[in-house]
Amino acid sequence: MDFILGHYNYWIVIFLMMIGFYTVVSRGNLIKKIVGLNIFQTSVFLLYISIGNVKEGTTPIVAEGFTQYSNPLPSVLILTAIVVGVATTALGLALVVRIKEAYGSIEEDDIHDQDQSL
Amino acid sequence: MRHNLILRVIAKILIPVIILFALYVQFHGDYGPGGGFQAGVIFSVAFILYALVFGLDTAERVLPVSVLRLLASLGVLIYAGTGFAALLLGGKFLDYNVLAADPVAGQHLGILIIELGVGITVSSVMLIIFFAFAGRGRV
Amino acid sequence: MIDILIDITLLAFLAITAIAIIRIRNLFAVVMLFGIYSLLTAGLFVVLDAADVAFTEAAVGAGISTVLMLATLALTKKHEEKRPTHKPWLPLTVVLVTGGALVYGTLDIPPFGDANAPAQHHVAPRYIEQSANETGVPNMVTAVLASYRGFDTLGETTVILTAGIGVMLLLGGRLSRRKPQSNEDKT
Repeated sequence: MDFILGHYNYWIVIFLMMIGFYTVVSRGNLIKKIVGLNIFQTSVFLLYISIGNVKEGTTPIVAEGFTQYSNPLPSVLILTAIVVGVATTALGLALVVRIKEAYGSIEEDDIHDQDQSL
Repeated sequence: MRHNLILRVIAKILIPVIILFALYVQFHGDYGPGGGFQAGVIFSVAFILYALVFGLDTAERVLPVSVLRLLASLGVLIYAGTGFAALLLGGKFLDYNVLAADPVAGQHLGILIIELGVGITVSSVMLIIFFAFAGRGRV
Repeated sequence: MIDILIDITLLAFLAITAIAIIRIRNLFAVVMLFGIYSLLTAGLFVVLDAADVAFTEAAVGAGISTVLMLATLALTKKHEEKRPTHKPWLPLTVVLVTGGALVYGTLDIPPFGDANAPAQHHVAPRYIEQSANETGVPNMVTAVLASYRGFDTLGETTVILTAGIGVMLLLGGRLSRRKPQSNEDKT
């Protein structure tokens, strides 16, 4: 029971990661793939922040009356990762717009068929 | 067109408050949660709201894309410039200890300047991306 | 006790939203659910004591990302996903194998919130104890981000600038909606 209480966080986050992964791999619509990629990224962030959390600690901002703080280092890494993630999403969505203008469709099967028939 | 009136009035009231909050988050990033990235995004949201309510053409007259391009590069220049200033003053690259007489004051000054650079770049780039997406559909 | 309850509730809502995002075929609903997912994650970050990250995730995920996806939906004018035509067995197998390997990896992780975990040992105590003295800034995350790991933040700012340049190159021209040259994609 203690084992489950100590680890359920990680298991649910891995479940969310796998849902995002499945959306990227199995769905053919490009916008849905990008949404799935973002779900995957966000759940990876959750995993890292859960690793850095300390139970009796507080937010890593120095304040009187608190001696134990949560780890600030995963927060820093994830801040960078969130911003890089939005940069990637913006570029991916710009590519989707151009693909729609060039092929007329954003379904992967249609694009593949048009490429094969060239 | 009547519901446009409510949007316009509320947007006129909210946009200065949003900009003020963005400046607060930027400069209080040392004492509470916040910093350059969050402030940059909130600042760009004020202008995105302006573009949504008053039209993209009006927003592009307020902030032309050429100015945004300049600001985006300026932010990275401020950041790297602080690093080079530290080199010229005798320390290592991005070593803020040499920026002022007292190392702790130097660190604080360095952190403030680079967060400003980050905030300027992030807000300009978010606006560039939004204007690019919104301007694509115009005939 | 109460924060374990909030934790479990938020995670359950996240799982339900994620499953709904896979199953729903209307793209507008999917983008809205993605905004909800981001906001729930931001709430979860606050419960996990990461205030800066929660702030950034709420502003960037539920704000900018959702706005850009809605702009893409408006530009591509496609509101419903096609029915999936392939059988999902291969993706499902890959996903189950990867998930199983990851869960097997978490069996050795120290329990959640342990103060003696290896993640809390190497540089973190130094940052926690020395950052207020060395940098004069109470927010440890800003101190680490801007001063101790300042070089990484320079790289990150350059990545943002590059993304802006990339989007400007892809979508910045005034050519809005040229008709496609061939007729083979008139469906």
